Amino acid sequence: MAPNDALRISFFEECEDLLARMGEGLGDMAQSLDRSDPETIHAVFRAVHSIKGGAGAFALKSLVEFAHVFETVLDLMRSGEMAVEAAPLHTLRRGHDVLSDLVAAARTGGDDPPQMATVLLELDALSDGSSDSAQEPFDFQPQTIDIFALPEPAAAIPDRARISVRFQPTPALYAAGHEPAALLRGLEELGDLTVRARIERVPVLTALDLAAPNIFWDADLLTSAATDEVAAIFEFVGDLATLDITTQPAAAEEALERPETAQVPAAPPPVTAPDPGPTNLGPSDSSPTNSGPTDGGQPDRGPTDSGPTDRAVTAFPVISTIRVNTDRVDRLVNQIGELVIAEAMLSQAMTNAGLRDDGDIVSSLEGIRQLAANIQESVMSIRAQPIKPVFQRMDRITREASDATGKRARLITTGDTTEVDKTVIERLVDPLTHMIRNAIDHGLETADRRAAAGKPAEGQIRLSAAHRSGRVIIEVADDGAGIDRPRVRQIAEQRGLVAPGAQLQPADIDNLLFLPGFSSKAEVSALSGRGVGLDVVRREIQSLGGRVSITSTPGQGTTFTIALPLTLAVLEGMLIGVGEETMVLPLSCILETMRPTQTQIHRLGRSARLVATRGEMVPILDLCDAFGFEPVQDQSQSVLILVECETGQRAALEVRHIFDQRQVVIKSLEDNYGSVPGISAATILGDGRIALIVDPEELVRHATADTLSFRQAANG
Amino acid sequence: MTIRILAIDDSPTMRGLVAAALAPEGFDLHLAEDGLDGLARLQQADPHLVITDINMPRLDGFGVIDGVRANPAYTSVPILVLTTESGNDLKDRARRAGATGWIVKPFDDAQLVRTINRVLGL
Repeated sequence: MAPNDALRISFFEECEDLLARMGEGLGDMAQSLDRSDPETIHAVFRAVHSIKGGAGAFALKSLVEFAHVFETVLDLMRSGEMAVEAAPLHTLRRGHDVLSDLVAAARTGGDDPPQMATVLLELDALSDGSSDSAQEPFDFQPQTIDIFALPEPAAAIPDRARISVRFQPTPALYAAGHEPAALLRGLEELGDLTVRARIERVPVLTALDLAAPNIFWDADLLTSAATDEVAAIFEFVGDLATLDITTQPAAAEEALERPETAQVPAAPPPVTAPDPGPTNLGPSDSSPTNSGPTDGGQPDRGPTDSGPTDRAVTAFPVISTIRVNTDRVDRLVNQIGELVIAEAMLSQAMTNAGLRDDGDIVSSLEGIRQLAANIQESVMSIRAQPIKPVFQRMDRITREASDATGKRARLITTGDTTEVDKTVIERLVDPLTHMIRNAIDHGLETADRRAAAGKPAEGQIRLSAAHRSGRVIIEVADDGAGIDRPRVRQIAEQRGLVAPGAQLQPADIDNLLFLPGFSSKAEVSALSGRGVGLDVVRREIQSLGGRVSITSTPGQGTTFTIALPLTLAVLEGMLIGVGEETMVLPLSCILETMRPTQTQIHRLGRSARLVATRGEMVPILDLCDAFGFEPVQDQSQSVLILVECETGQRAALEVRHIFDQRQVVIKSLEDNYGSVPGISAATILGDGRIALIVDPEELVRHATADTLSFRQAANG
Repeated sequence: MTIRILAIDDSPTMRGLVAAALAPEGFDLHLAEDGLDGLARLQQADPHLVITDINMPRLDGFGVIDGVRANPAYTSVPILVLTTESGNDLKDRARRAGATGWIVKPFDDAQLVRTINRVLGL
């Protein structure tokens, strides 16, 4: 068998699905233990079984061996011989990790995972003694156990024997789909064959009993094959036929009289029928049905005859899917983005040409706009996938971190069906991994401290995802001790990240964790030493157009919140005038726009201004000034846009104009230019001009933080 | 006459492997994703031969055998079981249910084709 590469790729893709399903099932089992749904156990079994089967086809030795041992243990659980308990489940889940690694190794041609041997021993120990002895060790050489054994054609071998076979099928044999001619052909491959159909017991038509074995065959085979090879041909026929095999030495070749055997029932007086001679072994499409309805053919036999089958179709609609290369989808996404821009440009051109009053044109244009928006949504939904696979991977991270730190931790996930752009999903793995490790390593207390604080010994890590106001919000929350703010401050001061004695709000101290260079290498634990700090996490999330923020309550735990755009390609934005420039502000962060009265604005110190709104004082940030644009001298009153960032901090951005609200296609600046503080990306407007997209989060952070100057962080 | 074969396996890889082995032989191959899907496609595929996996969701291979045999039109269509299982008890069970043959995965393309031809009396 030469399975082609496409099938190999498809196998590994299937493995991903199967491993995910296994992980999920094992997770459920670990929760429910002996109350586990049997179907869950079956599903896990089937998954590993399928992996084994596929791995066998591609001769992936280690994978087959490991999957086999794994499967054996599961089989014991499935049959109820092994209790679904925490200890074996822990081993099974470790086994699942190894299986994942093995699949990855097989895919890339890497080495077997180092922990394979250990886990293999543990699994072996679980199944030891009770393992099903009937289960043959898996032979990964392609093989066929063949009902109609297919030996190599017999070469001319001198010591041939004459083997006589009397084959007398019961009607059940036909019902099982056996074709006597096919069986006899199997004999033919073993040597020289002469077959006679014995029809002397076939009565006259009126006396025909369809349930009786009316026809039988006598075959003479001149062969070098052993008797059991002959018998093997009829192996699967089993008790569906009476079979007599007798061997005579080759010397007796001329003695053609077949010995009568005792097993043949007393034959009725032979009907005078001519011996038809050697049976025609050609394709016969009539003989099986000649036996008519049999016990196997009763229509009322089971619940699965054609009637219920039709119902089953309605109950379980088969969802058809295709796999498409993501490049193609990406191309489509980009082209739709261009379409949106083109539509905006056309719209602008119509306005400029004074055609906006024409009702037909306006409605056609609106039609195109709607259509473009719908297409965009559809394309986005192709890219959107449940975040579940990433969450499932975190399960393993939790267990590993828990083992490494000696702290008991349980991962609780919610909202894993939340759909996120595929690219985002893939790039979330590393940040989430880091945050989970961080939560266990630094967030959770040791067991005795937890006990002292009256908390359960097992720490909880909650991982959740949800859609909220056009964004995807992912939270990693631990129920640990919360951030040790004096200690964080101390470290930050030691590293020169913050001036000694600076006035810092608790939230400011928490945010110090995200600063590059904070990563406390002084704390050596099994998990540190990876050289990754939370600053890297923040950079990753930011590069996805997202935000990460932190809240912490001493004694109760810490929550990291990641907010991501639903899509990386398009942004719902507000066009604003800043100085002489047109910029785009993401709509998602805007709370309100206002033209404040002078009484609402309060001055603080030399230049700082605050505006009173919604019962609080919010700092005003002049965007023109913040970006260093040339100020425009005009008397028109500026507009304030109240924005809120993910942490809940607010600021009022001062701009000259608010123009319009529209979808813009995000063009990354960093690919072509470089990172600009306060700017997240750029876009092309309808008239072809380029507009920068404001990063309100960064602006707000700097508007509200008095300890860190804008420039200082911009350089960081 | 084109031989129609209904192959039932929940693993896309296995379906692919079966298709790769059988398509070049000119068989008219119909694929189903599990036992229920297989039975649902039975009438439409109207197979001369059924190949089925054993371990499948929703309805396993034994269920397939029962279901096919319960349909008066297919009481004698040959059913080959294609599975990684090789336990004798399972084989016996399949035989009693009405299976025609048992092939252990991984299979050899040529052998699979030969077995099919053999069972079909071709």
